[in-house]
Amino acid sequence: MGSVTSVILRRLGGMLVVMLAIVTVTFVIVRLTPGDPAAMILGDQATVQDIADLRERMGLDRPILEQYATYVLDAAQGDLGQSLFLGVPVLDAIAGSAETTIFLTLFAILIAVAIALPVGIISAYKRGSVIDQIAVAVSMLASSVPSFWLGLILIQTFAVSLGWFPTSGYGGPGAGFATRMGHLLLPAVALGVVNSALILRFTRAAMLDVLSEDYIRTARAKGMVEKRVVMRHALKNALIPIITVVGLSVALLISGAVVTETVFGLPGIGNLTVNAVMRRDYPVIQGTLLVVAGVYVLINFLVDMLYILVDPRVRL
Amino acid sequence: MTAVIQTPPTRLDVLRRLFRNRTVLIAALVLSVIALLAIFAPLVAPYDPDALSIVNRFQSPSLAHPFGTDEFGRDVLSRAIYAGRVSLLVSAAVVVFAGIAGVVMGILAGYFRRLDAVISRFLDAMMAFPDILLAISLVAALGGSLTNVILALGITYTPRLARVVRGTTLVLRELPYIEAAKSMGVPTWRILGGHVLVNLASPILVQATFIFASAMLAEASLSFLGVGASPDVPTWGTMLSTGREYISSAPWLMYFPGLAIVFAVLSLQILGDGLRDLVDPRLAKDL
Repeated sequence: MGSVTSVILRRLGGMLVVMLAIVTVTFVIVRLTPGDPAAMILGDQATVQDIADLRERMGLDRPILEQYATYVLDAAQGDLGQSLFLGVPVLDAIAGSAETTIFLTLFAILIAVAIALPVGIISAYKRGSVIDQIAVAVSMLASSVPSFWLGLILIQTFAVSLGWFPTSGYGGPGAGFATRMGHLLLPAVALGVVNSALILRFTRAAMLDVLSEDYIRTARAKGMVEKRVVMRHALKNALIPIITVVGLSVALLISGAVVTETVFGLPGIGNLTVNAVMRRDYPVIQGTLLVVAGVYVLINFLVDMLYILVDPRVRL
Repeated sequence: MTAVIQTPPTRLDVLRRLFRNRTVLIAALVLSVIALLAIFAPLVAPYDPDALSIVNRFQSPSLAHPFGTDEFGRDVLSRAIYAGRVSLLVSAAVVVFAGIAGVVMGILAGYFRRLDAVISRFLDAMMAFPDILLAISLVAALGGSLTNVILALGITYTPRLARVVRGTTLVLRELPYIEAAKSMGVPTWRILGGHVLVNLASPILVQATFIFASAMLAEASLSFLGVGASPDVPTWGTMLSTGREYISSAPWLMYFPGLAIVFAVLSLQILGDGLRDLVDPRLAKDL
């Protein structure tokens, strides 16, 4: 039990160091602006006084180390500053957009796993067969398709031509859960199909590795039913790399979601960031970067914890 | 027992082995065609990509205009050919940037233990940002231009290469011939440049191919979102962005630039896989 606690503490320490590095990177990004960030935000029309006011509001008039210390301490307390355009705290703006992105990401992961897991298992089990070759080829093709392009094709086919789905939006403020999910279906399919490719390839690879192990041969030699050999013995042991890649896919999905949300007019974090970029709303850009990267690191940490549950060898 | 003397494989042998796989050969041919079309765009494109023709607006694909025409009557095929130039050039520049920065960071982290902790944590932090999100934030900070898109994507993809280089350098530094060079008093810069770097060529080449593909997708995404190239510059992303506006009336505007991206990225991925299998045959059986 002691070893488990020390593993968890070590991973937690590592996570905190990476989080500090993430905060530092987001702090530095705004300082990469050539010239004065305040002048860049306000544009050519701004007066000297406007620029000086904004510099003060953003704390840019203070020494750089003081700015950094304030930024880190504020971020640690969940204070990501104030949006320059929306006039609300950045965290509130992110929280307001998070629901769409969370549902979209979960929906897309569900679709990706629903495609990748069975196809990956069958593909590995029937290695070298026509089914396997088709699965590998299609997954390669899927990973080469930009998710926003697939989104456009889906809109053109199922929303514009057939009229089965709405072309964009999230169903308005009073929309029920089913309506909102209806709006998310096409974008989730676009994201899910593209991201299923990576999960499929890893599932196939992990299953191929496990299926060649001695204990699988032993299980077969004992006369165990083939379905039980694959599902109970092989899949269970192939789960670790599969869990890892599903966790890693979250980052890919969020990357895809940025563009997909724009294509489908969904009011999510991606859309919030793109609008913030257009308006040069730096606190929102920094805030979304920080939150998304933080969530990614947290997911990785949770995946690590899952390892400990799934595979006792990791505890050693 | 007779001794078998093996000569090291020449470049031609390596290429022959690579192209023995027919899929890899086809992918290389497709890529070559795309690259040649881009290089010789002025000779190959049937029309001037910027020539306006109001009477020819929104022509669906025909013999005269195989990919149709856009909202200004410009030939979509010609624009797609010219767009390939920008997309390939940007992606190549991103690979060069990420290649140089990634190799320097990776070697420093892999060879010098003291630097490893700092550089590795920094790389971990950079890898935590989704690539498009990081790239648009960097473009927002640096300002929108093609040069800044290259910089932003270069910074975004540097950690991917640095990680591979660091991993391989960690293995190389423990090998007997590096130990021998050190004990003979060979200066560190010569060990790094002459021995380590040479042995990094294969993993770098494999990773560079994948980064090329990712950069192409990312550049298209940035242009599509309107934070990359100016809308006047034809790239596959800006063409898709325009196509989106006319999705119900002129869907061909989005078909062809999208297909161009898919063909280019798919070919790069197949080529990357082929190279990886050649460099690390253990992976060939599985992935």
